[in-house]
Amino acid sequence: MVTSAPALVRFSGIQKTYDGEHLVVKNLDLDIRKGEFITLLGPSGSGKTTTLMMLAGFEVPTQGEIYLAERPIKNLPPHKRDIGMVFQNYALFPHLTIAENIAFPLSVRNTNKAEAQERVKAALRMIKMESLAQRRPGQLSGGQQQRVALARALVFNPQLVLMDEPLGALDKRLREQMQLEIKQLHETMGITIVYVTHDQSEALTMSDRIAVFNDGIVQQIDRPDALYEHPVNSFVAHFIGENNVLAGTVETVDKEYCGVALAGGGTVTARAVNVSGAGASTSLSVRPERIVIVPDGTSGEGPNRLPARVQNTIYLGDHALAVLDVCGNAEFMVKLQPGAHRGLTPGEELFVTFRPEDCLALDPA
Amino acid sequence: MTDALLTGADASTEVPLKRRLRRAERTRQVKALALVAPLLLFLLFTFAGPIAGMLWRAVDDREVRQVLPQTIAALASWDGKDLPDEQVYAALAGDILAARTAGTIAIAAKRLNYALNGFRTILTSTARNLKAAPEPGTARETLGKINPAWRERATWTTIKDASGPVTGFNLLSALDLTRNADGAIVAAAPDQAIYRDIFARTFLISLAVTAFCLILGFPVAYLLATLPPGRSNLLMIFVLLPFWTSLLVRTCAWIVLLQSKGVVNDSLHWLGIIDAPLRLIYNRFGVCVAMTHVLLPFMILPLYSSMKAISPAYMRAAASLGAPPLTAFLRIYLPQTLPGIGAGCLLVFILALGYYITPALVGGAADQMISYFIALYTTETANWGLASALGAVLLLATILLALVYGKLVQGQQVTGGMKN
Repeated sequence: MVTSAPALVRFSGIQKTYDGEHLVVKNLDLDIRKGEFITLLGPSGSGKTTTLMMLAGFEVPTQGEIYLAERPIKNLPPHKRDIGMVFQNYALFPHLTIAENIAFPLSVRNTNKAEAQERVKAALRMIKMESLAQRRPGQLSGGQQQRVALARALVFNPQLVLMDEPLGALDKRLREQMQLEIKQLHETMGITIVYVTHDQSEALTMSDRIAVFNDGIVQQIDRPDALYEHPVNSFVAHFIGENNVLAGTVETVDKEYCGVALAGGGTVTARAVNVSGAGASTSLSVRPERIVIVPDGTSGEGPNRLPARVQNTIYLGDHALAVLDVCGNAEFMVKLQPGAHRGLTPGEELFVTFRPEDCLALDPA
Repeated sequence: MTDALLTGADASTEVPLKRRLRRAERTRQVKALALVAPLLLFLLFTFAGPIAGMLWRAVDDREVRQVLPQTIAALASWDGKDLPDEQVYAALAGDILAARTAGTIAIAAKRLNYALNGFRTILTSTARNLKAAPEPGTARETLGKINPAWRERATWTTIKDASGPVTGFNLLSALDLTRNADGAIVAAAPDQAIYRDIFARTFLISLAVTAFCLILGFPVAYLLATLPPGRSNLLMIFVLLPFWTSLLVRTCAWIVLLQSKGVVNDSLHWLGIIDAPLRLIYNRFGVCVAMTHVLLPFMILPLYSSMKAISPAYMRAAASLGAPPLTAFLRIYLPQTLPGIGAGCLLVFILALGYYITPALVGGAADQMISYFIALYTTETANWGLASALGAVLLLATILLALVYGKLVQGQQVTGGMKN
């Protein structure tokens, strides 16, 4: 699956600085394959939007080259790149009707009238808005505007479609619906999509691959499940999904596993993912759903068994959370079956256990 | 508590609720009115009142009626076909004698002279030579002997036309029209017909100045709207600088710059580009330059505010959809600035229509605009009727323009211009 087909987009040694003092993007190498849905995920200021803007042509890399279908495009103006883009606030032209908005990329390409009309009709059918063709953007709801922006970016069959936090302004229900619609469009049309978001659940839902950005560097590029299960460092582990952190020091390293002495007392066995060796400090990452609560006094000595005190419980409908104090981490979360939280009372002493393979020893956060 | 509220709502039909609402609203309205009342009164007395008075003066025509009351009364039954009968002559003789005693002959003479050149002489000579009231039955003969003009029908038509109390005479004059002896509206004599040309000149200069302002102001407004805040604030100060300088000072500065021994001519001469000084002032060129300079901020500010509202995302979207910069500008940016262009052009054009000081200082005789003539008639010749009529025509043209603009803008708002 890796690099068999030539990449549609290749970032090669890209650096970008705005002020000449610090780099917003530091040495980016990234391949995007044809037909792929790739998400650039990261907190604000991590360089993901800058990367997208460089690909769209609105920012010029300070160093490095970007290739689109093997062709260097660093100095190609945006209108010659043949890249469709969906903007954060849709950027529908307010003085044109919906049909005129969708026809715009066709008319600037001098597509003949009959064909353009046909394609606009098809695009309107695709977004199920044929009846609203003569409305103005200001008369539509946010979700409808988003659909039109999507249709406008797809109608001229671009090689690549970029989306810059396109669902950020929608409410939760609509956002989830649009996520599925975009995913469906991607699958049926086979287009290549580069998607920027800071919402990790959106990234997990939609993407084939996710590139996690932080501090101008791509921390990890991988499939959603791999990112979640095998984060390479504590930033990725923390950014994707819920995560419990325990600080400690590596005592022994034995191939894949290592023994870690926790700062709050106790020893656990963890998978050595990102540790330099014995004596190094590390931060352990355990997902809330991989932890089992063991009532006090129950016999059995697992490898990772830590004393805990119940702080609080939170009921969330489809599941519940127990907030525990474990080895000095007072916000240690454990995911419970709904209803199970009723058995716990604040102040109660008990134990938590987790399997060594579910506990990752990562770089100190 | 809840029950009481519910029953209260049930029992009270809609009317008390509406009345309560109106009462609540009324307090607010009274407060709002109280806040604007001082300005409203001020404007009423200093602006609306004088304008209404001015408009009234354009049609007011009671001077002759006051001086020659019996004549006017006697002329009421005159059919205007032949000379009026003896009784009218007798009435006129009586009026003239009375007016001479009262010293009011000049008032009527001035008014009648506007309508018929030379009437002043007719009336004053008659007043001078009429010793006493003529014997009954000899009034026509006596007056005819003093001045033969009294034997002409046109003389009497003029008096009848000027009998008031209202007249279209001034308004017609302002449009180079007049009434002939039969009362039909015809073109004025060529030597009197100057106002259409002056109106045309006024509109032409205003149009040219508006066009220059748009051409010069558009790029500046664009820069203002797109520069980072620090630098755009500095630029904005430069744009507003003229507002803080007296209009007179700015106009005189142009005289210093443009006169034949002025800075521009001297520099060009020194550079060897010209041998003889160019004529840059006291002509149409000077008027347009000075007025464009003075009115430029009125174009830039509305343009700036409309451009500031256009998100840069639109131009990016257009580029990403394949539009080259010029296409994107023409099809996406420019249409969204149209409300600003309309507002700026209307503002500059209407202000330019009424310009007086600048053309008076830097223009030649052939560049004076309508307001110059309005000022001339009010201050020099005291022909308030004609001055008011010219003003009324100008006001009407301006109101029409504003209405057209209002329609256009309303259309814009219904069909678009919305932000998302």
